[in-house]
Amino acid sequence: MAAVILQAQGLSRAFGGLRAVDGVDFALQAGEIHALIGPNGAGKTTFVSLLSGRIAPDAGKVMLSGEDITRLPAHQRVRRGIAYTFQITSVYPRLPVFDNVALAAQSRGVRDLPAAVDAALDRVGMAGMGGRMAGELSYGHQRLLELAMGLALKPRVLILDEPTQGLAAGEIEGFIALVRGLVPETTVLMIEHNMEVVMSLAHRITVLNFGQVLASGTPDEVRANPQVQAAYLGTDHAAA
Amino acid sequence: MGFGPFLLLALMEGLVSAAVLALTAVGLSLVFGVMRVVNVAHGAFFMMGAVVAWFVAGHVPGPPVLGWIAALLAAPLVVGALAALVDVLVLKRLDYEPEAVIVATIGVLYMLEQTALLTFGPDARPVAAPFELRLQLPWFGYSGYKLFVVLAAAAVLAGVWALMQRSRFGLIMRATQVDRTTARAFGINVDRVYAGTFALGAGLAAVAAVLVVPISQVHYLMGGDPLLLAFITVIVGGLGSLRGTLMAALLIGLSDGVISMFWSPTLSKIIATLLVALVLVFRPQGLFGARA
Amino acid sequence: MKVWLFHLAVLVVVGVLALTLPPYHANNLARVLVLAVFATGYNLAFGYTGMLSLGHALFFAAGMYAAALPATLWGVGALPALILGLLAGGLAALGVGLLALRTAGVSFMIVTLMFAQAGYLTVIYFNQTTGGDQGLVLQGGARRLIGLDMAQDGPRLWVAFALYAAGLAGALAIVRSRFGRVMLAMRENEERSRMLGYDPFRVKLAVLAVSGLYAGVAGAAYAVLFGYAGASFAGVQYSILPMLYSLMGGAGTVLGPLVGAAAMFWLIDIASGLTTAWLMLVGIVLVGLVLFAPKGLLGWIRERWMPWLP
Repeated sequence: MAAVILQAQGLSRAFGGLRAVDGVDFALQAGEIHALIGPNGAGKTTFVSLLSGRIAPDAGKVMLSGEDITRLPAHQRVRRGIAYTFQITSVYPRLPVFDNVALAAQSRGVRDLPAAVDAALDRVGMAGMGGRMAGELSYGHQRLLELAMGLALKPRVLILDEPTQGLAAGEIEGFIALVRGLVPETTVLMIEHNMEVVMSLAHRITVLNFGQVLASGTPDEVRANPQVQAAYLGTDHAAA
Repeated sequence: MGFGPFLLLALMEGLVSAAVLALTAVGLSLVFGVMRVVNVAHGAFFMMGAVVAWFVAGHVPGPPVLGWIAALLAAPLVVGALAALVDVLVLKRLDYEPEAVIVATIGVLYMLEQTALLTFGPDARPVAAPFELRLQLPWFGYSGYKLFVVLAAAAVLAGVWALMQRSRFGLIMRATQVDRTTARAFGINVDRVYAGTFALGAGLAAVAAVLVVPISQVHYLMGGDPLLLAFITVIVGGLGSLRGTLMAALLIGLSDGVISMFWSPTLSKIIATLLVALVLVFRPQGLFGARA
Repeated sequence: MKVWLFHLAVLVVVGVLALTLPPYHANNLARVLVLAVFATGYNLAFGYTGMLSLGHALFFAAGMYAAALPATLWGVGALPALILGLLAGGLAALGVGLLALRTAGVSFMIVTLMFAQAGYLTVIYFNQTTGGDQGLVLQGGARRLIGLDMAQDGPRLWVAFALYAAGLAGALAIVRSRFGRVMLAMRENEERSRMLGYDPFRVKLAVLAVSGLYAGVAGAAYAVLFGYAGASFAGVQYSILPMLYSLMGGAGTVLGPLVGAAAMFWLIDIASGLTTAWLMLVGIVLVGLVLFAPKGLLGWIRERWMPWLP
């Protein structure tokens, strides 16, 4: 049984009357690629926001390698090794690509900044683009830049929020190869709607619906689960 | 005069302050509530109201009460029109971005003050009260006009409340306050609502000025203190909450009266400014408001 | 490298001006340089980190009185007075920041303004010590800096120049450093920066404190160099002036505050020769800048021709 690197126990968060996340138990195993899927409004982004510290829970605990980080503010969780890329691209449009990645790299205190930035850009296939203004990049490239920033943090857990949204088919292929290369040194948790990507990459899948865990397990187990089919994949067999 | 009567006098003075303050602060609060911007030139509109009042009262022949009534009608109209102009020429162009509006209204403040300096001059000038009435209480005499100010302010505030809660314009204003985009989608001309709100806010300040001018004097820098106190009132009361503003005006006005009389006006102001800062830091929804 | 050489060249030009300008303008230059130090520090917080403070008059005045009071009451010399001013400004900024940085945006502006107003009123309240609006006059030993007499035009101008040069070098170093990048990141996208591991509160507090150091030493220098400290320097006007200079010259450029200070000073000088209402000009320029030229002079130049200008 692999070590659990990130864990949630009874995590809950409501907005007014809406229970966005409702008593979720979750365990992320070190070195795996774990996909979080579910219909729109299921609470996926809220859930990972609770894990990364962007918002505070109403109840429950978050543990990183056994350490209770529930009270830890977001920026300190980043320092402990949790990186988050935003669902809606959030780079620094008025800064050059180099500075965008540099901000991530210098956050963990690298000595040789240009080398670290080049390495990260290389990994996502954006080598040599350091001088361009981030705001002038195509949407796909901005998505990749966000990914590069996440990688430059050299995190233990990389949380990706709908990373392939807006990417072209070729770029998605590259993305899949890239993420495969990240594990097992890094653990990846990703929210995804693209079932092909999920089935290619995920070691395990968790399905959320109405803020609660509907099912959790290997791709085959989840696909065969009748509740999941009814709620999300479609009863007449789905994406495979 | 014993402590008791002294305190009563301080409270009565405070009540007058509170009345004038309430009018001024409600104007500021409306603008913030509906438009979500802070108008640093609000005190300058107050001052312009006083200047217009002095001008009108000086040019209307006959007993002072006529001049004063004319001023009461003219000042809010003139100042309101001026405010609408500022809104259309400046605030709208900035897309009502809060920080830009603050910087721009600081500029407007200087422009208005200096215009007053150039036209009205650097001296303080009095305006005659509409009537002279001396109420004789057992311990001291008190100006009947001052009590009239309290009643007049209450009447105007009641009118504002009726406008906001019962009239169509009030409904449109409140709708725009809740959600600007949806209001637009419903066909509400948000630009006009904003210009009207800004004008109304400035007009209320002008009315407050007309009321207070017979008690104090007209001076081109007279807007500074009312601005500060209005700010404090709106923030302590909770930005955007009319009821909170009124309660805070009462609180601030009365304590300003008491502290000024028993200690010093400067000390009262120091306490007031620190109060604003601390409320904003520790209780941003104000003492009475729901949310900031 | 190119950047440092460029700024060195600018300093040389200013130096040449200092040598060649007639006395009236040379005196103005001294004032402009000290105010530019104030504005340069302010701009680190305002232009680079996106913090709109209206409370910097408090830090300026703290520096001014931290120098003037010991000098007039206990005969403290000019150099220690400057150091006291530096520290006073920094500490005041730290204190205000610890409270004010719990708010943001408009609330932050108001909170800083309120603290500055309270400071001004306190100076007035204790006018027996501070001299209130009348102010304090510094004389003799208090104006003798390392043997140079600040009452003399020449030495005064050179001290102002040296102070500005030091301030410029410091600002340039900060802005070009890794921390400078973080400052920009806070301005551009605070949430993103938080998720890269940066603590917004700590970053902003540090910047505010540094800007307070600049304001404090400028205030102290103003007292020592021009021999006068007064309550008016604690007033709202002195919170608005550094913002005005930065906006005019180019917020987010290191040289912007100097350019803005010089331009405004010169404009106001001309205006006050024509009318007592020269503050009108300040108002018009402020509104005009916000509406039409929010990037300021150097900001516009940088966008068109010199993208490498920090």
